[in-house]
Amino acid sequence: MNETTAVSKENKAPREEGALAPPVDVIEDAAGITLYADLPGVPKEKLHLHVDAETLTIEGELGLVLPEGIESTHAEVSLPRYRRSFTLSRELDADKVKAEFANGVLTLRIPKAEHALPRKIEIAVA
Amino acid sequence: MIYRSLFPRDFLSELERLQNEVRQNFDISPSIRGFTRGGFPALNIGSTPKSIEIYAFAPGIDPASIDVQIDKGVLTVAGERPSVLPPAEAKATAHIDERFSGRFRRVVTLPDDIDASAVSAKYRDGVLHISIQRREAAQPRRITIQ
Repeated sequence: MNETTAVSKENKAPREEGALAPPVDVIEDAAGITLYADLPGVPKEKLHLHVDAETLTIEGELGLVLPEGIESTHAEVSLPRYRRSFTLSRELDADKVKAEFANGVLTLRIPKAEHALPRKIEIAVA
Repeated sequence: MIYRSLFPRDFLSELERLQNEVRQNFDISPSIRGFTRGGFPALNIGSTPKSIEIYAFAPGIDPASIDVQIDKGVLTVAGERPSVLPPAEAKATAHIDERFSGRFRRVVTLPDDIDASAVSAKYRDGVLHISIQRREAAQPRRITIQ
């Protein structure tokens, strides 16, 4: 093993860390798509959204302040981070995504690109 | 109908029910309140020598509408989460529908040494944190030998 492989492994490590998939609702209307994601326990500064090519990734880390000397007796949220990716389709305008984050719920609004807005297609009768 | 669905309509919820049943049967003596893992809100519970700490992961709820009660050593967290799904008559489609909506209630049995009058509850970033103090007399003490 040489130095470069060691470095690339280090870079990969955080990606491979286990994460919870947050539950989402995705609703589409004529003008775009609205995505709601539940990320309880994530403070605003630890939420990361990125759009890479056509992949939208939501990542968040839990920011709970635990009291000193706590021993866990039961855990349903067993990992300290959330991660989930979605593939966007071409008609969505990834540059105009609007995000809101309140009380652990992320609301993303992804509008459709101008050219993809609905048009009624006339059916010609032969 | 042109295309016939491969699965019965409620395939996923049916699968989940089956999964719960299997889990419950593998557990030799399941809890009297059933196997609640996967319920809403998700609960993390921990203890310190001085207190019991309960974290309820309940995002998107008005803290004033959450009902937290301690009665006979049982903690109940109840409330309702409104749905964001469009009404049937709206011109919108729900492609993914995974988030919980509707009424919820979760129940936790507390240990005997808690002080039900020393409870604090805070809601932050969608997590309800309930801290219940243990009674003074029950806290560990070092005994000096004379």
